[in-house]
Amino acid sequence: MDKFTTLTGIAAPMPLVNIDTDMIIPKQFLKTIKRSGLGKNLFDEMRYTQDGAEIPDFVLNQPAYRHAEIIVAGDNFGCGSSREHAPWALLDFGIRCVISTSFADIFFNNCFKNGILPIVLPQEQVDVLMADARKGANARQTVDLEAQTVTTSDGQVFPFTVDSHRKHCLLNGLDDIGLTLEKVSAIDTFEKKAGTLRPWA
Amino acid sequence: MTARTLYDKIWDDHVVHQAEDGTCLLYIDRHLVHEVTSPQAFEGLRMTHRKVRAPEKTIAVPDHNVPTTLDRANAATMTEESRIQVEALDKNAKDFGINYYPVSDVRQGIVHIVGPEQGWTLPGMTVVCGDSHTATHGAFGSLAHGIGTSEVEHVLATQTLIQRKGKNMKVEITGSLRPGVTAKDITLSVIGATGTAGGTGYVIEYCGQAIRELSMEGRMTVCNMAIEGGARAGLIAPDEKTFAYCMGRPHAPKGAAWEAAVSYWKTLFSDEGAHWDKVVTLRGEDIAPVVTWGTSPEDVLPITGTVPNPADFTGGKVEAVQRSLDYMGLVPGQKLSDIKIDTVFIGSCTNGRIEDLRAAAAILKGKKKKDGLRAMVVPGSGLVRAQAEEEGLAQIFIDAGFEWRLAGCSMCLAMNPDQLAPGERCAATSNRNFEGRQGRGGRTHLLSPAMAAAAAITGHLTDVREMMAETV
Repeated sequence: MDKFTTLTGIAAPMPLVNIDTDMIIPKQFLKTIKRSGLGKNLFDEMRYTQDGAEIPDFVLNQPAYRHAEIIVAGDNFGCGSSREHAPWALLDFGIRCVISTSFADIFFNNCFKNGILPIVLPQEQVDVLMADARKGANARQTVDLEAQTVTTSDGQVFPFTVDSHRKHCLLNGLDDIGLTLEKVSAIDTFEKKAGTLRPWA
Repeated sequence: MTARTLYDKIWDDHVVHQAEDGTCLLYIDRHLVHEVTSPQAFEGLRMTHRKVRAPEKTIAVPDHNVPTTLDRANAATMTEESRIQVEALDKNAKDFGINYYPVSDVRQGIVHIVGPEQGWTLPGMTVVCGDSHTATHGAFGSLAHGIGTSEVEHVLATQTLIQRKGKNMKVEITGSLRPGVTAKDITLSVIGATGTAGGTGYVIEYCGQAIRELSMEGRMTVCNMAIEGGARAGLIAPDEKTFAYCMGRPHAPKGAAWEAAVSYWKTLFSDEGAHWDKVVTLRGEDIAPVVTWGTSPEDVLPITGTVPNPADFTGGKVEAVQRSLDYMGLVPGQKLSDIKIDTVFIGSCTNGRIEDLRAAAAILKGKKKKDGLRAMVVPGSGLVRAQAEEEGLAQIFIDAGFEWRLAGCSMCLAMNPDQLAPGERCAATSNRNFEGRQGRGGRTHLLSPAMAAAAAITGHLTDVREMMAETV
């Protein structure tokens, strides 16, 4: 997993609420057995017509946002299925940070496993960032994970909170499995104990 | 001792390690696996030379991609990509030595139907799967939730998950349901009341008389859609109905082990005075048969209602409702029962169990579907299919003009050939009405199996209670 430290980039405004995982990556693209290559189908049905032509109005098709690295989104972003193809598609497109008032739990969790930082901020602050994002490609926002701040293109700073374990893993690009396997003796002990208490499990 | 909720108790019994910041390593008793969200996880194991830590606790079945037509043994019925995914699961199950129900096995079916059916899911367990509808298994009083593929790999390698504890939410349904009202109407009505983000960060315990009165099948329907309300997990305290369902299942304990298990399971309830972070109460008598009108499961109303006006909403929902109505081809003020449909889909992990098929067949018996309408029943597993044939339900569906299919996820998410065409309108017993969910441009109305059957007969969304009056 790539580290996430600081990011300064173009932010795409997507104010629609309840942007679900079927919108982010429709099911026909879940048939892959790889993690890469999904970026071209990110938001596929919003982004392309049935015959594959770009829909010019869609935000990521507009010249200003084709290289966006941040999405500022409406409430409850990522609701729906557990498909990790959603963060894989965002990452493959180049998105490293999503900012919203709220996220669906599983999507939120999946982001951290892939070096994407989801940031929760109050409505008033998301509104300011949304308006800032609408200014286009010159309005770059800065996300600093170490300092836990988002800065608008005109210098307004909003602090955010993040789970300390997840922050540590993102900053250092750490793989969870390796960390957990360091506790293998605790797992062995638990299994022995549970095997006596609940042998049917 | 502090009063604890059912969720607190299961959590406490599965903590392997707790870090100073509260992050826990949680032990996983059952890991269910399907073909869509697992290939990258197995690939990860191979690349790092890791094994599956507990293959005996890992159960795999292909369900999302598999065709449900009777000729599916013919490989040509599957697209190349789907075939590769299913073959990858065949190979991964064999290479890593995990329990497996291949497409050719009569026990194959939707992973959330197979788990309980085979007795893998038992009270008090932690159950995960790379699928958000894992919440289904909470019906047994187990802590069950969906995970992403990175977590699938983590569980395969370590049999644990890194977790932070969620908050406790109680959803109580008091009193009894009225005739024609089902578990599906409960779960959709709860989402209508709380919104699709109302349960975010919580584990829901469903309780109250109306929940106790549900069968295990009904309880699975309720818990299945906890995720549509934003909660990763929903659960119901086990009782005699739960024990009766589990007894004698292939992987349930037997003899003295069964007795020991039941005495432990009887401790699995929320203590008097336990702390709830959020409480929602609905009266069972107030719940009506419902349908969804929009593209979010929270867009739900009683069948007697009318399509709402975007102006009746606030904030970001105004734009979302306008977009939904445009997508669904509906206008404000239109009566829901006037909405004509093209297709009826009965099945899915929400409503593909035997009781669901019985409820639909009771309405369809001796009747025909509307001419020109496409209607299909996709049983949740090969065993559900066999039982429905034995009970004569299959013949009722066939006589009514329905296609009688083999088991799989089918048109719930349309990864196999069962899809809607653009603009095609479907009454579906599944769980998501998102844009494009059942096929690009497809329009989905979620409802119960009995309501789906009623709609199949009339060709429009219909109040099933009117048909029940006819048959009495």
